[in-house]
Amino acid sequence: MGRSISLTVNGEMVTADVEPRLLLVHFIRERLRLTGTHIGCDTSHCGACIVLLDGVPVKSCAVLAVQADGRQLTSVEALAAGGKLHPIQAAFKQEHGLQCGFCTPGMMMSSFALLADNPDPDEEEIRWALSGNICRCTGYVNIVKAVRAASAQMKLSAAVPIPVGAGS
Amino acid sequence: MLPAPFEYSAPETMDEALDLLDALGDESKVLAGGQSLIPLLKLRFASPAHLVDVNRVAELDFLDEHDGVLRIGPLFRHKAAERSGMLASKYAVIAEAARQVADPIVRNRGTVGGSLAHADPAGDWGSVMLALDAEFVLRSKRGSRTIRARDFFSGPFSSALKSNELLVEIRVPAADGRKGGSYLKLERKVGDFATVAVAVHLQMDDGKVKSAGIGLTAVGPQNLKADRAEAALKGRALDDATIKEAAALAAAAAEPKADNRGSVDYKRNVVRVFTERGLRRARERAQGGA
Repeated sequence: MGRSISLTVNGEMVTADVEPRLLLVHFIRERLRLTGTHIGCDTSHCGACIVLLDGVPVKSCAVLAVQADGRQLTSVEALAAGGKLHPIQAAFKQEHGLQCGFCTPGMMMSSFALLADNPDPDEEEIRWALSGNICRCTGYVNIVKAVRAASAQMKLSAAVPIPVGAGS
Repeated sequence: MLPAPFEYSAPETMDEALDLLDALGDESKVLAGGQSLIPLLKLRFASPAHLVDVNRVAELDFLDEHDGVLRIGPLFRHKAAERSGMLASKYAVIAEAARQVADPIVRNRGTVGGSLAHADPAGDWGSVMLALDAEFVLRSKRGSRTIRARDFFSGPFSSALKSNELLVEIRVPAADGRKGGSYLKLERKVGDFATVAVAVHLQMDDGKVKSAGIGLTAVGPQNLKADRAEAALKGRALDDATIKEAAALAAAAAEPKADNRGSVDYKRNVVRVFTERGLRRARERAQGGA
């Protein structure tokens, strides 16, 4: 039943045997023990489980682990590479872009992909890009502020490079 | 939630995929973007014995227009449709629907062909393809056949696609001359199923409607083609009276069911209003040349 998969996780090569039915989010949390990626709705609506696959944000509850074979996976843990908060993380902290914090990893990964694609989004573009992420505390106003602040900060300083793979 | 166990294959060519589907028959299910199928597997609404994952079959992912036909590969993703300048300038109904499918993250993964094959009556692409009078090429190891979109959908989550067949190409008659389209969708929130949506595609000639296509989402057992409304428009100038007449016919064609998204009367009325607005918007775009 098991299949061998090899992928790059936050810049490091990982090889594992997985059952085909194993979801990518379970592989990330339970096998890799990277618990920053959250399981929210488990039905691909809420966005708490968003990771980047070859640089593209996907809901990891709606992808099989076997489908990540040969790909580059980036999870929220990659943001603080080198032990220093990424500007997106610093901005979420500074602008209080979270209440309970459960949706935050997904919000930050969506924001990361947005800013890679569009370094200076306006409010509407931010809301559009985050429309697949749900914050059940309804903290959207500060989340949008945080993304604006991160965008401004990232224009000033080149952010720490993050291994995201090809595409965006 | 975990899906029930299944075998898994990830072919890299169309021929390999067709061989697998032929050998496996009813035991198999094709996995494309997986944004509907994987949640269904987890909820155990579906438990196929063998998944044939076509995501690595690069030859199924394309978009081109030549010899009077727009060809869309089944693995063409919603996001690619959303970002295509060619679609935005020539096929407004496709571009406008693309940016309203599910949510931006799901669109990175979901595919046009997967959505059509899933045949959800609340799916967006079925109505778009009905409005465009598209044809689908279905291929098996034994040969291929072409079927019109209007003959493809047969009920909720049911289509003419056989278990050994793969949807390999979507063919849309190329838009020429003055054309315009629109896709209007009402949803409670981004990512929810449509309450109602209406797809419109118009081709104009000398101020008159050369052809009109209208597709209805989430108001019947499958995506519906509003034939009578289309026929009422053909050859006519698009004045307000004609638009209202067609909108009333589209509303009459709808077969909505009451649910927590709205009553039968409400949904039918939204079909009327969206058909009217959609035709006006398509008319403006046709006048603008796009």
